[in-house]
Amino acid sequence: MEPSVARPVGSPISRALEHKLNREFVAVGLLLLAFFVGSRLSTQFLDASYLLDTTSVYIETGIIATAMTFIIISGNIDLSVASTLALVACVTGVLHAEHGLAMGPAIICGLLLGALLGFFNGLLITWLRLPSLTVTLGTFALYRGLAQVLLGDHSVSNFPDWFVGIDSIHIARTLFHNPPIPAPLIIFLVLALIAGAVLHRTVLGRWTYAIGTNSTASRYSGIAVDRVTLLLFTFSGFLAGLSGLIMTSRLGIAKYDMGLGLELDAITAVVLGGTDIFGGRGTMFGTVITFFLIVVLRTGMGLHNIKPEQQMLVLGLLLIFSIVVPNLLQRNKR
Amino acid sequence: MRFREIGILVFLVILAGATTVREPRFLSAKNLTDILLDIPLLMVVAMGMTMIILSRNIDLSVGSTLGLSAIIVGFIFKSNPNFPVWAGAIIGILVGLLLGALNGILVTWLRVPAIIATLGTLNVFRGLVFVVSGGQEVGANDIPPSLIELSRTSPIQLPWIVIFAVLVTIATHLFLRYTRTGREIYAIGSSPKAARLRGIQVEKVVFLAFTLTGGFAGLAGIMYASRYGFINPLTTGAGLELSVIAATIIGGTNILGGSGSVPGTVLGCLLLGVINNALVITNLSAFWQLAIYGVVILIAVAVDSLIRRQLERAAVDQTR
Repeated sequence: MEPSVARPVGSPISRALEHKLNREFVAVGLLLLAFFVGSRLSTQFLDASYLLDTTSVYIETGIIATAMTFIIISGNIDLSVASTLALVACVTGVLHAEHGLAMGPAIICGLLLGALLGFFNGLLITWLRLPSLTVTLGTFALYRGLAQVLLGDHSVSNFPDWFVGIDSIHIARTLFHNPPIPAPLIIFLVLALIAGAVLHRTVLGRWTYAIGTNSTASRYSGIAVDRVTLLLFTFSGFLAGLSGLIMTSRLGIAKYDMGLGLELDAITAVVLGGTDIFGGRGTMFGTVITFFLIVVLRTGMGLHNIKPEQQMLVLGLLLIFSIVVPNLLQRNKR
Repeated sequence: MRFREIGILVFLVILAGATTVREPRFLSAKNLTDILLDIPLLMVVAMGMTMIILSRNIDLSVGSTLGLSAIIVGFIFKSNPNFPVWAGAIIGILVGLLLGALNGILVTWLRVPAIIATLGTLNVFRGLVFVVSGGQEVGANDIPPSLIELSRTSPIQLPWIVIFAVLVTIATHLFLRYTRTGREIYAIGSSPKAARLRGIQVEKVVFLAFTLTGGFAGLAGIMYASRYGFINPLTTGAGLELSVIAATIIGGTNILGGSGSVPGTVLGCLLLGVINNALVITNLSAFWQLAIYGVVILIAVAVDSLIRRQLERAAVDQTR
């Protein structure tokens, strides 16, 4: 489905090369730049353990962005991830606190619920042949709404001690300064590694790219487009559920408005990292680099007492420039 | 598409009927007025969104545009209490037009995909609201009474904001149905490549759609101040894009562009307005609103898809 205003063109080879090198290089460059500027502006910034700890605050965005990378590369989008996060957190909390279910089984229920919510998205998209934007817009409202119906203004906070505070679990590494790495970051990196391996080294990954490039051609080439799409959305829901549990553990509380706006952050992370919003192009490496870029930027801005809304202004500008600048450069090269 | 609109109307009537049975106050003059006053804001912005979605684009930034233009006008009133309301309204609309034009430049000239561009401007404009306001609210004392009056009355007993909304709606309908540019919007949404080959200036038309939508959002900002009497940097306009896109899609506009209508969107707005009101008046927890929105969106598009497949199957059968 071609967009209303066409993308800039160039010879396919130079375009592919430029695109692959361009966007990820820009992301790495921005990361280094942000690091440099941050360190100049605040001495607290260069404290390795401080930085590592701050990744925990945004880790849900990173985890969701991992699945979102697959979804966007396959030519779809999932706006319901943050709502899934909240619903899973609330349901798990209610199951444990109000129905006496032990936390272990409650966690399993939560993860299953996340997968189920994602599966429902995938079902509507593949079975009813509905655009993913519309379906996930509906479930974005529905899932968050259900969380709201479930908990209303209340929150659940009596979680067992072993569950709360996952971000305080550190795994010390014998690196030069021995900075302790918080557990959520390990989870994210392992996840990103596995997801990246699947994306770049398995047939499933190639299928994802194929579907995003041309789903009709993929279908006629024998790729089970519907099954892959179903799988990707289930995976997205599962990771969103996982993020919900991690966020609950970090905050020690479950409320209906958790993760509000997180889907936009995740999409920003994926697109900023070089993934084409229309599908067919992108790397997990770009997403991971951009995640760290967002952490560095947000932390740096936070240290300067820049409010979250103003931080979003910067991120919005960054998102726009990340597309405008390569577009302009490409035009001038012709 | 006629069936579609009749379907929504039927659903609307059933819903209204069921609500009245539960709570007879639903049909009272006061309540109907409340519904009437909540819809103009949604409808005005939905007119713009309809044009945008018809052209195979999307605008996620309308809520932030509303907020930014509202806060700018609000602060003008705050520091100049005697500033004429009509001048403030014009400034609000101009700010909206400017912001919409920014979106338009991003999408057409700089070739940023609409969803990304407006995702970015959603954040940028909302951030600007904070920069302009310093986090401060524009309270009830700062809004000129004559502005509030616009939601109360007018020479013909219908509040001004309703009149504005009706005018905008009629204008948009006539534009889309009877002018060449309006028809070009449909063509662009149907097939941008074909439209371009046909000689349609796709960039100019899409730019116009975004600019107009921004202007409508600016107008809605004034309406917001008039109806609610305050402007809050964090909440004014936040989440509006969901309702507007929902109303447009529920009203039968295809998210992929090329098909849809103003009457449909009007019905979509009415439906959402009635749902909101029904929730409140029957004392059903307001917490259900979001979930119901979601269900309504899903049902509307699912029904659309099923009907379309039935029609396709019927068409194929006929050719045999």
